[in-house]
Amino acid sequence: MVSPLGNTLGETWSAVLAGTSGAAPIETFDVSAFSTRFAATVKNFDPTPYMPEKEARKMDVFLQYGLVAAIQAMEDSGLEVSEQDAPRIGACIGSGMGGIQAIENNALLIAEKGPRRVSPFFVPGAIINMVAGNLSIKYGMKGPNLSTTTACTTGTHAIGLGMRSIQYGDADVMVCGGAEMVTTPVGLGGFCAARALSTRNDDPQAASRPWDRDRDGFVLGEGAGVLVLEEYERAKARGAKIYAELSGFGMSGDAHHMTSPPEDGAGAALSMQNALNDAALSPEGVQYINAHGTSTPLGDKAEIKAVHSVFGGAADKLAVSSTKSMTGHLLGAAGAIEAIFSVLALRDQVAPPTINLENPDEACNGINLVPMETQEVSIEAALSNSFGFGGTNGSLIFKRV
Amino acid sequence: MSSIEERVKKIVAEQLGVKEEDVKPEASFVEDLGADSLDTVELVMALEEEFETEIPDEEAEKITTVQLAIDYIKENLG
Repeated sequence: MVSPLGNTLGETWSAVLAGTSGAAPIETFDVSAFSTRFAATVKNFDPTPYMPEKEARKMDVFLQYGLVAAIQAMEDSGLEVSEQDAPRIGACIGSGMGGIQAIENNALLIAEKGPRRVSPFFVPGAIINMVAGNLSIKYGMKGPNLSTTTACTTGTHAIGLGMRSIQYGDADVMVCGGAEMVTTPVGLGGFCAARALSTRNDDPQAASRPWDRDRDGFVLGEGAGVLVLEEYERAKARGAKIYAELSGFGMSGDAHHMTSPPEDGAGAALSMQNALNDAALSPEGVQYINAHGTSTPLGDKAEIKAVHSVFGGAADKLAVSSTKSMTGHLLGAAGAIEAIFSVLALRDQVAPPTINLENPDEACNGINLVPMETQEVSIEAALSNSFGFGGTNGSLIFKRV
Repeated sequence: MSSIEERVKKIVAEQLGVKEEDVKPEASFVEDLGADSLDTVELVMALEEEFETEIPDEEAEKITTVQLAIDYIKENLG
């Protein structure tokens, strides 16, 4: 994992449990004319322990984040790609927007010096499927090689569709996740214009405050999360370190509006219900939800309504938190890092906190939103939600093994 | 100002991620220095930038070694 809270999973998870914010003023370009001037950026990132500098230079930063996270996941899994197994090992790693920095830089280059100066590595260095592509080249993985692009649900869909590839029999192992880096003038400008971002420029670390009555939009994040899905018997047979079972995946579409959910959260509810059905679980079977919870006025409320409608009386016993309060919103990588947080919540039997939740919105009453501090909780199954522009929803359920 | 030889070698080393001492005159970009077809396109672009010239594609295709690059620059910038 590469995140605003650290460039490894260990660093990130410690920071999450400690309730740390990854938000900071943007210093990589002049932001004085932007309405939002901070983001949850990745700090001190160095790809060269993972790839030669010459290779890194050919890749947009989102690809570097994704590849580094994927290599970390491969190393943690202890997976060896043998000649014989290679056709059964694949990858599904997406991005919401892809190499927007490379696109910007090359557009500026054309304007300044003409089309002959566009790099031959621009296309393979910017397109979305190149995390999966580069990963397969590095390890010789010859199974399905895929990418999802479903806005902020990208990472969740990548993991769910990777699971389906294994269930359907197309592969035995799928390396899944998402990567994003749009902290660039065009990326920031676009989200500012959509009025999606918090403008709390005087206090960036307090800006991402899901369900708080003073929330005013999300905080742009960047980074990548990748995990290794492996068919259970195969993983058991090789003595793999098994973190959890991915037992349910649900999807839905809002059919409502480009950027806003319906007030009742019907699409979110359908997605969660589909995941419960897929996992053959009743609502009582889930104890923790890693919410989409971006800190926008509408989205936060709709998700809580959806939780009430699906979980009914069982909602009282749930812990629901938004780790975006700390990481900001990693867009296409959000679902991936949050799936990993859900898995670690199961492993450690904790609910990571929703920081900055000082005065809960009255519309979000009746649920333990894990304000401010990590809680010890007993978790048998954890659900992770993602909802994206276009009204695209996804939910994953992980169970203890 | 360094010589054309030195400038070419420096660019080749930077572009292909190799040590300057390995950039011998007879070295082939593809066979000896590990370049692929896209690397050679980018290398020619870097040479164009450094020497403020345009190398036509049909000429660029013939520049396959360090010495050929040096020769081309010398002949055309003379």
